[in-house]
Amino acid sequence: MPISFPSDLWIKTMMNDLNSSSAYFESAKTWEGDFLFVVEPGGTLQSAAGLYMDLYHGKCLQAFAIDDLKNSIIPAYRLSGPVANWKKVMTKKMDPIQAMMTGNLKLSGNMAIIMRNVRAAKELVESCTRIETEFPI
Amino acid sequence: MTFGEGALDTLTQINGKKAVIVTDAVLQQLGLLVPVQAALSLAGIESVVYSQVEPEPSIACVQNGAKAMMEEKPDWIIAVGGGSVMDAAKAMWVLYENPEVDPSAINPIETYFLRQKARFIAIPTTSGTGSEATWAIVLTDPTEKRKLGLGNRSALPDIAILDPDMVRNMPPRITADTGMDVLTHAVEGYTSAWRNDFSDGLCLKAVELVFEFLPRAYRRGEDVEARTHMQNAATIAGLGFGNSMAALAHGLGHALGADFYIPHGRAVGLFLPYTIEYAIRGEPDTTRYRPLARYLGLASETEQAAARSLVSAIRELSLEIGQPLTLTQAGIARTDLDRVIEHMAVNALMDTQTIMGSRVPEIDDIRQLFIAAMDGTPVNF
Repeated sequence: MPISFPSDLWIKTMMNDLNSSSAYFESAKTWEGDFLFVVEPGGTLQSAAGLYMDLYHGKCLQAFAIDDLKNSIIPAYRLSGPVANWKKVMTKKMDPIQAMMTGNLKLSGNMAIIMRNVRAAKELVESCTRIETEFPI
Repeated sequence: MTFGEGALDTLTQINGKKAVIVTDAVLQQLGLLVPVQAALSLAGIESVVYSQVEPEPSIACVQNGAKAMMEEKPDWIIAVGGGSVMDAAKAMWVLYENPEVDPSAINPIETYFLRQKARFIAIPTTSGTGSEATWAIVLTDPTEKRKLGLGNRSALPDIAILDPDMVRNMPPRITADTGMDVLTHAVEGYTSAWRNDFSDGLCLKAVELVFEFLPRAYRRGEDVEARTHMQNAATIAGLGFGNSMAALAHGLGHALGADFYIPHGRAVGLFLPYTIEYAIRGEPDTTRYRPLARYLGLASETEQAAARSLVSAIRELSLEIGQPLTLTQAGIARTDLDRVIEHMAVNALMDTQTIMGSRVPEIDDIRQLFIAAMDGTPVNF
């Protein structure tokens, strides 16, 4: 049954998927840094939503939805974009790296670490694509 | 781009005050800078030389060069050399214009405002990495023994000058090594995940030129026609794969080069056939060796037949130009491979190019690919 995106259930489902992925584990063994995914409004999504993941050494330690983005956690990495672009990436209609290069998804954080861990970033996005998702657009 | 005999004369027509010529000590000793500086002088442009680029340039090398640029304050940066020189010069340029940037963080996502202080000319002396036509910057972290695939689209050179005089005296082994880099760029650029209509035509043409002219350029360096076409092939392949990316052969080759100091082109060319054998065993309809083989006049009845004929043709070419087909032939002992295979496998896994092929390997497959390449075992996994 498709899970509504973005939602707390969705990000927790992704956490479970990630933690069972040997591909992610191998590629993210040295990764340290939490991520905030910000989904900007579109379709039936009326306001920006945040999805948080605490990623450490190949595992996701916790994940949850954030209601109040203004007063929330300041993460090491932030990936944000319109929900339409998130959908394109998550349904493999847009390559995630190309999405970031063209500004369709905006990434901020320590780029030196990102450039050494592009494979981990790819496996993170691959995890998104494995979840049966109901999009608001 | 300006190309062909006399292309260096382009330098007599540029406007500016001061150029920093970035190169390495060997090229300076060989006198390759003389015509460059002479042409700049005719244009009324003062030139100073920074010749301390090392092979497989490091972050420290880039930082030192950028410091020199900040002292000299050029309005032109001219890279005269092979891939190491051109990549290092591009990184120095980024730092010269953005001193706060960490060179190991140069990425295609952020915006660097280049051309506020200087513009960039690339004059390749090998044929070649194609760096004169790409925004890629490959640096080496000597502590981690790892190549870093960096780059930013604004770091594409403003002008590329392809003058056959600058490659005429390349020794045969360097001709062969760098020529195999061209072939690998073209084949991987044609088959990468980001391939597109624009890169396709360029990559096909580059592959055709390599098969026709690399053996000639290798056998007889004075063959101006062969040198010219190989020089063009390198840039054409750069334009191609620079817009579609390289793939697994580069991921494996970077890892090998970082641990064993095998020249880049020799390494990626060695791995190319193995990666084709690997890719063809992936998901159906994800490769495109048939059109490539057909274009070259090779057997192409099926995708598998096309892959086999391409592998054969690449290995025959390698033999013709004295390139190793296995790691053993490249001078690597099994005991040495075993010692570093985990380190190499992780580096290859994490390489920015490894994820660009049609079949993206997990770490076990990467280890098996290194082992297969050890003595030429066919890839059957």
